[in-house]
Parts: sequence; C-alpha cells; structure tokens
Amino acid sequence: MPLPVLELENVRAYYRQSFGNITRVVRAVDGVSLKIFEGDIVGIVGESGCGKSTLANVMMMNIKPPLQFVDGAIRLYAGDNILELHKLPIEVLRERVWGKEVAIIPQAALNALMPTIRIRRLILDIVKSHDPDVDENEVITRAVKRFKEIGLPEHVINMYPFELSGGMRQRVVIAIATLLNPRLLIADEPTSALDVVTQKMVLKTLVDVYKMGIIKSIAFITHDIATVRQIASRIVVMYAGKIVEDSLVEDIIVKPLHPYTDGLIGSVLTPEEEVRKRRIKYIPGQPPDLANPPPGCRFHPRCSFAMDICRREEPPLVEVEKGRFVACWLYMKR
Amino acid sequence: MLEVRNLTKIYEMGFVRKRRIVAVDDISFDIKEGEIVSLVGESGSGKTTTAKIILRLLPPTSGNVIFEGKDIWRDIKTHEELKEYWKKIHAVFQDPYASYNPFYRIDRVLHQALELIGVDPRSTEGRNRIREALLYVGLNPDDVLGKYPHQLSGGQRQRIMIARCWLLKPKLIVADEPVSMIDASMRGAIIKLFMQLRDDYKTTTIFITHDLGLAYHVSDKILVMYKGKIVDQGAPDELIKKPTHEYTKRLLESVPTLYKKWTWE
Repeated sequence: MPLPVLELENVRAYYRQSFGNITRVVRAVDGVSLKIFEGDIVGIVGESGCGKSTLANVMMMNIKPPLQFVDGAIRLYAGDNILELHKLPIEVLRERVWGKEVAIIPQAALNALMPTIRIRRLILDIVKSHDPDVDENEVITRAVKRFKEIGLPEHVINMYPFELSGGMRQRVVIAIATLLNPRLLIADEPTSALDVVTQKMVLKTLVDVYKMGIIKSIAFITHDIATVRQIASRIVVMYAGKIVEDSLVEDIIVKPLHPYTDGLIGSVLTPEEEVRKRRIKYIPGQPPDLANPPPGCRFHPRCSFAMDICRREEPPLVEVEKGRFVACWLYMKR
Repeated sequence: MLEVRNLTKIYEMGFVRKRRIVAVDDISFDIKEGEIVSLVGESGSGKTTTAKIILRLLPPTSGNVIFEGKDIWRDIKTHEELKEYWKKIHAVFQDPYASYNPFYRIDRVLHQALELIGVDPRSTEGRNRIREALLYVGLNPDDVLGKYPHQLSGGQRQRIMIARCWLLKPKLIVADEPVSMIDASMRGAIIKLFMQLRDDYKTTTIFITHDLGLAYHVSDKILVMYKGKIVDQGAPDELIKKPTHEYTKRLLESVPTLYKKWTWE
C-alpha cells in the first residue's frame, strides 16, 4: 500500500464578495475529497471556471481574500507527523510547509516577476522569505546543482528573466520550486502559454525530476486532457467545483464513466486517426454559474442521461469498480 | 478562387539603424471554392500577418493576392470597391469579446450586417433573418437578443459572429484562432459551423491556428508555416502520415495525443 502524502476531506472554499449589503458567494471548491499518494502523478482536469486553480491553492492552504476556507480538513503526511494544514497559522505554513513540504508552480510564474532582478537574487529572495537565516552560498550551490540535474546551463543563474525563452523560464521555475525537495509539487497549468514543442520540453523536465526521485508526488492541473494523459498516472476530473470522476489514466481514456468525462474526451481533437473516425463531438450548453449552481447533480442541465433523481439529489463520489471513483447516479446501485 | 503569389512582408523598425523582420517570406498558395484551408504554425510564424494582408488590413511588401481574378492590393482603388470586397470576405477573430462594443447590445453587429446588404433590420424581413441566422448557429434568439456582450459566454459570442457570416454569406471567411479562447467541450460546436457553411453554401475558409489537431479535423488542406515560410502542405491524412519537413515532424512528435502514449525515452 503506497503512503498517502496529502489528503483533502470534504473541503469547501468559497469566494465571498460584498457590494453594499449584497453578498455574492462563488463556490469554487465545494466538497472536494482527494487523496494523493507517494509516487502519484495526479492530473486534475477541468474547464475554465471549474475551480481547479482554486483547488491548487487550497491544497496548500494558500488562501487569500476574497477566497475563504469554509470547512473540511487538509492533512499532510510528513513522515511520522500528520500536519493539519487547515489549522495552521500562516506563519507556520510559510516557515514549515510551503516550499519544504508542498511547492507550487503557478501559471506563467516568471512572467509576473521583476525582469531586472537576476535569477540568483530571485532565488535568494524566495528562500529567505521562508527562512531568513539561511546560508546564501549554500543556497546558490544547491540551485546550481539542481540546474545541472534538469539540464539547464550553469550560467543561467546570473541571467535576467527577460533573457530567457518561455521554456527556459518555466524550467527555472521548476528548479526553484523543487529546491528544497518538497514531498508534493503542484503544477498549475505550467505549459499553457507555450507552443507545443516547448511544452513537451517542459513536461519532460517534470518527468525527469520525478524519475530522478527529487519529487515523489505531483499534482498537475490543466484544461487539456491529452497533455495530462501523457504525464499522469491518475486523472481527477472536476466540474463546477466538484470532483466527478477519479481513476487511473488508462481506465479513464478507454472507458470514461461520468457523462461529463465522456463528453470531454469525445471533444478532444488530436491528430490521430482514431479520433478522426469518430465524429466531432461537443457538450451542449455551458458550465453553471458557481454563485448559483443548479440543484442535484451540477452537470444535469447538460447531460443527455439526466434522470429525475439527478435534478433533485447530489450524487456522492463512490468507488464503483476497484480504484474507480465516480459521482453519477447512473452507476449507483439502489 | 484565391491565389497568393510570392507574398512577402518585411517589418522595419528603428530610425537610424533599421532592423528588418521578415514576417512572411515569399509564400504562394491557391485556395479553391468551398475549401477549408488551415494555416498552422507557432506564434511568430507569420500566419496572422498573412491573414491581415488577405483581409486588406495590412499592405504587403511585395507579391500579390488575387481574389476572383482581381489583385486586391492593385485593382481595388476606390472606397466603393473596397466595401464591395469586404462584403465578400469576413473575418472571425480569436477574442470574440474584442469584436463587440461593450456598450451596445449584441443585436448591433447583426443589424450592421443587414444594413451592409441593404436590408432594414427593423423590418419584418430583417427581424426574421436575424432569428434565422441565430437558429442556424444553434442559438435560441430569445436567449441572446437584447443582451450585452459580457452577459454571454465566449462560445455564444463566437457563434453570433458566425451568425453574422451567415447573414452576409461571404465567399471567404478568414478565421484567426477562432476557438483558442473557447473551452474544449464547446470547440467542436464552433468548428462544425464552419464545416456546415462550407457544405451548405460552399463558403471558403482560411482557418488560422496553432493547433495541428484542430487543423487535422477541420481542413481539406493544411499549410504548415514556420519562420515566415510554408514548409509543408497537403491533405490532413497525408500530412500526418508522411510529413516531409523536419519542423512538421517535430510538431507531430510534440502534440499530445489521446490514445498513443509517449515513452519519455
């Protein structure tokens, strides 16, 4: 039995915004339970606005207003210790958890940074924000070693972000995020702004840090099911703030269970004959407004199998076959 | 129907020391009536520049674009002739939000299209045509008419742009990344509309995309652009099975596939 690394139990996190006396609550993560084990590369797939990026931040309790943690539990298994992340104050998270236990590669990370600060300075700033008394030389030695391991030239450390191509930047980000050998790496759409040739190079870097044993577990968040298929061992499908299906990659690609997963895989347009043989498919309608989600199953207005119960009651996520979890009334034995 | 001959566009930058960027480098191709032809390439490959020249929005440095026997940069001189040309070709852009004025209801783009072909949008005929156009692109007129752009989804906004195409019945549609901002589950619906227009009205389409998979499914012919040149071309199946240029091969190796799994060596 593999060891668990991170466990989410019925986690809810909402965006709460007030305009005068009107409060708008967007239920971006609404009752998510998920377990990530050592050795897992979990692909979290969903469309824009399904809450997957919010989930990425919630997984490490990086919660800033207007996002609020509502309830649930987040447990991190750090050796013999179990850290209940949702109970820890932000200072402790910053000192003990972020970067050391869980690290994140945010979307387009280096694009948001000062272009006039050298990579060397940047790395020191980041490490010092977690641990002010760190030995600078040691940090740089470590960084250079990590750069070499993932195939980046040593001199990159003295360059400015603007001197690097998109692919190089993203690999620098991977090097920085893995500097302290965290147990879990969360990658939030790390390749979405890159062209496909560069994208493959960045994915390869992620696979490399995994194969070298630097990182033992990865949560890879993306909108592209074909990308996730290439890198993940397990796929978690999100729709409207909830997990609708959670299975091994091979199972889900060959035989998706949830009608949404089926629609998502059916609408993939890759240059393959198998895909061309079936007709171009799509899911009618559009995802719900998370401030006002429909009752029952959130997918029912777009689902061609919707039954009475789907409109009334929310389906729970249950294991229908070994290792296959799905939240759909079609598979529920009554 | 459309011939592009030795088209070149060079951008010059700077005053004292001029820097030249060859965006489009001596490209030639033909498009027949009723064909969907894709221009595939990464950002900076010159595909959008080519589209802008064909749309007569950007003058070429040299070369010709011949549409229905007329060179669009030499033979179109008066404003009237240009208006006539723009009735026959229609552009669909990447960001459907940018194609609308946020202060006006979406009805306006459809009204303007009717005015362009001399139909009063307030007449019964005009109103019927608008409803018919929206039904053609799979929208319920009562759901979208009278709404502002921000009240609609990206997919709905893009469908309305295609409804506008249906009203004008252009000979040629130039679609520049029309689905790249639309969620995967709804892309199929939009690209099917281009195929529907081709089948129903023999509308020719130039489909510009960075996504080889999309091009593979939508096109009759694919042109692969790389650094301003067309490096590979052919029917989709032919191109996928026997790519001739190194770049096409590299591209094919890098596009994530659904059924075939990469080995990572």
